[in-house]
Amino acid sequence: MALKYNKKVLKEFMNPQNMGEIKNASGVGKIGNPTCGDILWAYIKVEKNEKGEEILTDIKFKTFGCAAAIATSSMITKLAKGKKLSEVEKINYKDIVDALGGLPNIKIHCSAMASQALKKAIEEYKSGAKK
Amino acid sequence: MKKEIYFDNAATTKVDEKVVKEMIPYFAENYGNASSQHDVGIKAKEALERSRKIIAKSIKANIGEIIFTSGGTEANNLALKGLFFSNYPQKNHIITTKIEHDSILNVCKWLESQGAQITYLDVDKEGFVDVEDIRKAITDKTFLVSVIHGNNEIGTIQNIDEIGKLCKEKKVLFHTDACQSFTKVPINVEKQNLDLVTLNAHKIYGPKGVGALYVKDGIKITPIAHGGGHEKKLRSGTENIPGIVGFAKSVEFASEKDIKKMTLLRDKLIDGLLKIEDVKLNGPTGDKRLCNNVNISFNNIEGEAIGGYLENEGIYTSTGSACMSNTLQTSHVLKALGLGPLQSNSSLRISISKYTNEEDVDYFLEKITKVVKKLRSISPLMR
Repeated sequence: MALKYNKKVLKEFMNPQNMGEIKNASGVGKIGNPTCGDILWAYIKVEKNEKGEEILTDIKFKTFGCAAAIATSSMITKLAKGKKLSEVEKINYKDIVDALGGLPNIKIHCSAMASQALKKAIEEYKSGAKK
Repeated sequence: MKKEIYFDNAATTKVDEKVVKEMIPYFAENYGNASSQHDVGIKAKEALERSRKIIAKSIKANIGEIIFTSGGTEANNLALKGLFFSNYPQKNHIITTKIEHDSILNVCKWLESQGAQITYLDVDKEGFVDVEDIRKAITDKTFLVSVIHGNNEIGTIQNIDEIGKLCKEKKVLFHTDACQSFTKVPINVEKQNLDLVTLNAHKIYGPKGVGALYVKDGIKITPIAHGGGHEKKLRSGTENIPGIVGFAKSVEFASEKDIKKMTLLRDKLIDGLLKIEDVKLNGPTGDKRLCNNVNISFNNIEGEAIGGYLENEGIYTSTGSACMSNTLQTSHVLKALGLGPLQSNSSLRISISKYTNEEDVDYFLEKITKVVKKLRSISPLMR
């Protein structure tokens, strides 16, 4: 491929995990970059455990974009799924890039978009949860 | 062994093994410098002039009108810069189009910094420039019209006969970049009133690093590479004899049969692709399209991702998607056709060769159908 992606990135790109949508999602975050053209939608399901902690029990992504956009979408779902919401909120683009073993510089923005989509979904959940 | 299908022949082609064979003696056996006066040099000179004759003949030019260069980019640079510096400041206006190759557009941009005025003409939805638009754009400052013959991205073959006629009538020079069309579409510099034509070898199963500029006798251009005065003082530098020999052989080996075969396979590809839902063919159909070019947008999915999945199946293509470029800019050609960023980003260029067969096309159609389905299943744009 034109850009040198590492094996981990290519693996996530070829076999992306947790792709699709969640019906009755707790929150949805939509991010689009008109210049580059990538569009990422994050769906999350948040439930409380016995201790009353908010857990991100499910997460799915729908992604229009390049190999890096698809790979970062897949990776962020893996990093977030099953974790406490307070932990999930701390996930930033660097964590995704690290988990992927690096991205070409010009594709770093894809990871930022994935984390922004997730943040938006959490925001939506939180604004709904307060009501 | 994993199947490999190279569908990126507009980028470059595999060198014909017969061409390689013809080139080999000119590396270590007849290695002379064509400027040397001894026998070793004379042999090189003979090969050089034999090759020049073949290329001149193929476009109905005189042998002295072919200037060898390092390729299409250099030939385009020589044509535009060379003419600008021999016309400026009396005349400074060039008319070109929005769908030229970067080696025209970026030269034009640079020439603007040197005092040139450039008109970049729009094209229609299929990529054709309107000859009347050229007529309207010509002023008394215009010295050149430069229009790409066969477009490298969308395959549109411009009506150079009409443009040539107009330029002759208006007494402005006409240059065409024929890198993609050469040997696929007949070129007759005399009948078509062409003043300068860019040619190259590596799109026609010849070697990389060699091309030519046809410059009609009597046209004054300023050299951009100064030195020993090779190539009628227009392009100094020891001639690349093996490359030039290979270039001429690749021209000799071009055949009508291959064109016909590619045309049939191109149309089979287009027909097969149009059976996929929600796709759009970019560029024209039929005789006005290069015989080896297909460019199609698969709505709601992205080109680099499509290319990546295809590559995993051993199929090599290219895309006009911004994600694939180093600048994150969408294709300027698709933009000129009126495509928005989403459709440009969804585009795939498939460019076949004389080596392509029906089996390759079937394999490709089977794989692309699956790839499109898979990527659409994860696309937020699908309803």
